[in-house]
Amino acid sequence: MSNIIAQTQSPSPSQRLDQEPMIKLRDVSKWYGHFQVLHDVSLDVRKGERVVICGPSGSGKSTLIRCINRLEEHQKGEIIVNGIEMTDNVKNIEKIRRNIGMVFQSFNLFPHLNVLDNLTIGPMLVRHMKKKDAEELAMQFLEKVRIPEQAQKYPLQLSGGQQQRVAIARSLCMQPEIMLFDEPTSALDPEMIKEVLDTMIELADSGMTMICVTHEMGFARTVADNVILMADGKTVESGTPEEFFGNPKNPRTRLFLEQILKH
Amino acid sequence: MTTQSQHAPKMATPLEPVMQFDPNAKVPFAKWVQKHLFTSLWQSLMTLVVAALLLRFAWFVLKWGVIDAVFYTPDPDVCRAAAGACWAVIVEKHRPMLFGLYPYDEHWRLVIMMVVYLSTIVASLMPKLWNFKILIPLWILSVTSIGILMFGGVLGLVYVPTSEWGGLPLTMILFSGTVLIGMPVAVVLALGRRSPMPVARGVSVVFIEALRGVPLITILFVAVNVFPLFLPAGVEVNKLLRITVGIAIFFACYQAEVIRGGLQAIPTGQYEAAASLNMSYWQTTRKIILPQALRISLPAITNHIIAAMKNTSFVIIIGLFDILTATTAVMQDPLWRRYYIEAYLFVAAVYLFFGYALSLYARQVEKWINSGRI
Amino acid sequence: MTHIDGSDQRGAKPRQTLSTLLYSKSFRTAVTQVVMAAVVIFIGLFLYQNVVENLRAQNIATGFGFLEQTSQFDIGEKMITYSARDSYGRAFVVGLLNTLSVSAAGIFLATLIGFTVGISRISSNWLLSKVATGYVEIVRNIPVILQVIFWSVLLRNLPNARNAVEVYGVGFLTNRGLTFAVPATHPIHSTMGIALVAGIVLAILGSIWARRHRESTGTYVNMLWPSIGLVIGLPVLAWLFGGAPTAISYPVQKGFNFQGGVTISPEFTALLIGIALYASGFIAEIVRAGLQATPKGQIEAARSMGFRPWFVTRYVVLPQALRVIVPPLTSQYVSLIKNSSIAVVVGYPDLVNIGNTVMNQTGQAVEAIAVMMLVYLTISLITSTFMNFYNRLVAIKER
Repeated sequence: MSNIIAQTQSPSPSQRLDQEPMIKLRDVSKWYGHFQVLHDVSLDVRKGERVVICGPSGSGKSTLIRCINRLEEHQKGEIIVNGIEMTDNVKNIEKIRRNIGMVFQSFNLFPHLNVLDNLTIGPMLVRHMKKKDAEELAMQFLEKVRIPEQAQKYPLQLSGGQQQRVAIARSLCMQPEIMLFDEPTSALDPEMIKEVLDTMIELADSGMTMICVTHEMGFARTVADNVILMADGKTVESGTPEEFFGNPKNPRTRLFLEQILKH
Repeated sequence: MTTQSQHAPKMATPLEPVMQFDPNAKVPFAKWVQKHLFTSLWQSLMTLVVAALLLRFAWFVLKWGVIDAVFYTPDPDVCRAAAGACWAVIVEKHRPMLFGLYPYDEHWRLVIMMVVYLSTIVASLMPKLWNFKILIPLWILSVTSIGILMFGGVLGLVYVPTSEWGGLPLTMILFSGTVLIGMPVAVVLALGRRSPMPVARGVSVVFIEALRGVPLITILFVAVNVFPLFLPAGVEVNKLLRITVGIAIFFACYQAEVIRGGLQAIPTGQYEAAASLNMSYWQTTRKIILPQALRISLPAITNHIIAAMKNTSFVIIIGLFDILTATTAVMQDPLWRRYYIEAYLFVAAVYLFFGYALSLYARQVEKWINSGRI
Repeated sequence: MTHIDGSDQRGAKPRQTLSTLLYSKSFRTAVTQVVMAAVVIFIGLFLYQNVVENLRAQNIATGFGFLEQTSQFDIGEKMITYSARDSYGRAFVVGLLNTLSVSAAGIFLATLIGFTVGISRISSNWLLSKVATGYVEIVRNIPVILQVIFWSVLLRNLPNARNAVEVYGVGFLTNRGLTFAVPATHPIHSTMGIALVAGIVLAILGSIWARRHRESTGTYVNMLWPSIGLVIGLPVLAWLFGGAPTAISYPVQKGFNFQGGVTISPEFTALLIGIALYASGFIAEIVRAGLQATPKGQIEAARSMGFRPWFVTRYVVLPQALRVIVPPLTSQYVSLIKNSSIAVVVGYPDLVNIGNTVMNQTGQAVEAIAVMMLVYLTISLITSTFMNFYNRLVAIKER
């Protein structure tokens, strides 16, 4: 049982243009009570595309990606993932979630299980894998994130950077086609940010479709195909890193870049 | 590289109308009911069963407690003839229930005492008045006037010994005595248990663990039966005082553990900062550590204080006439004894009232602490 | 030879002057402790002296010899044979057994009610959670003594045997207690007991097998119904095997009493209901807090991975909930055992009640109270040892 990890080839640029987008958001709006947190957001993400969403806090970027895997419910608009529409239908939600992996700011590892169990519990319970196969899969991903020796440790015995890498490996073990990152490095000390970002860059290079909410502009420049600025619940500007950082069109973007890149 | 503009967010090619949503529309009652009460078959069944039982019970209470009830009559036979509750028993017997064995003619003193007591407590609970210059004179005034009112013997008032004190005033005195004596002892025990000195720590641990492991009743027995043996011949300590101290020490042992939890939660950095400012142990404890520890453990502290109010009812076992004992004694009256349910409901209502008031206050204090006001 | 700090101090001590000593922190601490110990010992001796004096003056015996004297009082409810000719020591044992029996029943009842109410509190059914909240607030805020007294007066005011309240023809409520029918003793009952134990063991083995099966093949087998089937079915099979005996000992009214059936005294019942309901309110809150303790993020992480709601509960919420629930739950149990000492108010002969009688008869208050306190202390100690052991066993491993 060797090559369980599917190596997806990053589709060539011309191929990408012709494909139906993997994720389609159309005029998505969301309210918390009377407060509107998302205003008619529309977005397309193609297979293999790497999208980075940035913006000031409260701009709704976390809410947006949490809507994609139904951790939040949108009240208006459509979200279509791989042709399946996201509604109240439990079956649809399950089908969509099985294909999306999520990495949280606060890692959210299960503290009562060791690292290996954290990784294997999903495949065993949800994908009905045998324990041996699940453990092999887990060890392969642990090696991919460069901490195979921590397999028997418990999450609270690891450093923040290690915990986040375990969290990434845990999501990868479900073999999703899309990975969502909700400010994965915001809770980490500076020395550990690099190790997590390196993992994410390797993941991007292997062709994974990624939507990443982050403040790490260096990462955006290196890896992103599309950088989007959100403010006040709307998408303000989007473009390639060169366009976005080099020649921002919207004054709001310029303001944001000034604040972020000052130091 | 591809032409960049292809990656700009696309406008929707509307295939079907998008979902409409108006945030200002109120959730219709029917929808709310469906969401909270009838989500599935199982839930609906449960709602129906619970609602049916509740309505049945509510109807019974209404019929028994209001419709068929007798609210006032000095004649027990009228109550006997009625099918519902006999609230008249409370009207008839409320004086012995509330005031116990205290002389009948002097009850007005108890009413004044309760007013003084309640106003002092309410005043002490307001953060605006939290200044020792105000609080200490207030309490001294309060305690003196309560003492004069209860004991008498001066100012032309008839003398009433503590053995005849009873009812709600007695409960109040036991409660405040417990808290006033118990809290400082609790702080000392908690500090002792965390002390680096083995002797202090040992004594505190033994004390706390021994008294927490035994029922309150045994401590009351000790206060009543054993404590007099500890005193040299001829020396006597007032029974009420002994019992109050007993309940207070029991309370203190539980409170000490709670405060210890708060002390443990304070990071060592605080001690280090105080030490680098050259503060002594007591200064550090008084000004830096204790304020923080008490704030942290406040919810548990208030829980124990509310429990202390309920624990005053234990004095029935040793024959002090608090409100519960007084009611039980009153219910021996052969004419009214069959209306014990009404009488005990009344007592329960008194406890519920004070307990609820205390917990509301506790929640308010928590809010004040969280918003930084105190 | 020079020390690492570079100084050549070998063999030379710093000059000890009186002032060095007075200001030395360790000296001061030592002196404080000596003074403290001396004060404690002095107070202890002083009190001891007084006690000895006073006891002598009042002609009260000391020592535990009284435990072997004849008690001269009878006890209403007892689990072992006892009469007025038995010793005080044996009376204490009777009391202890009574305490343990009402406590055990109370713990069982309180846990049952407490868990049900606690889970209802966080149910999504609005009506159910409001009712549960109301129950908890009422039961927790009324003093336990008041509750026990209320139930005891209620039960004592039931009609006498002639006018007993009938319960569906199988039970009677009278002022002498609750009498109800029980299946007549039949030899097959012990076999049924064994079958029950066997059913439980097999159910446990079954779930272990199901887990191994899931690990080796990936398929999940729901063992809930098979387990229930085993635990209930095996005793039923045993019963059928024994000829399905349906003989029931019905209580039959004979004069002022009943013959047959089983009677539970009103004292026991009142105490049981009072302390169990009181504790159930606290247990409900403990259970609720435990179930809500799991951080929301972990539940989100599990749901993002596609876990079904039951799996989220079983594999993420429950393991962590149990760790949070067990310590305060055991201290509630100890609290319930201590609350059973209220028995003296309702006349149930528990340890404290009997100790009180002994104390009054012999005048040896110190020894009698010491016995009572020692017993409860032992119970508390055993419980905290168990709790420490459990905590260490399931502790979430951290740095």
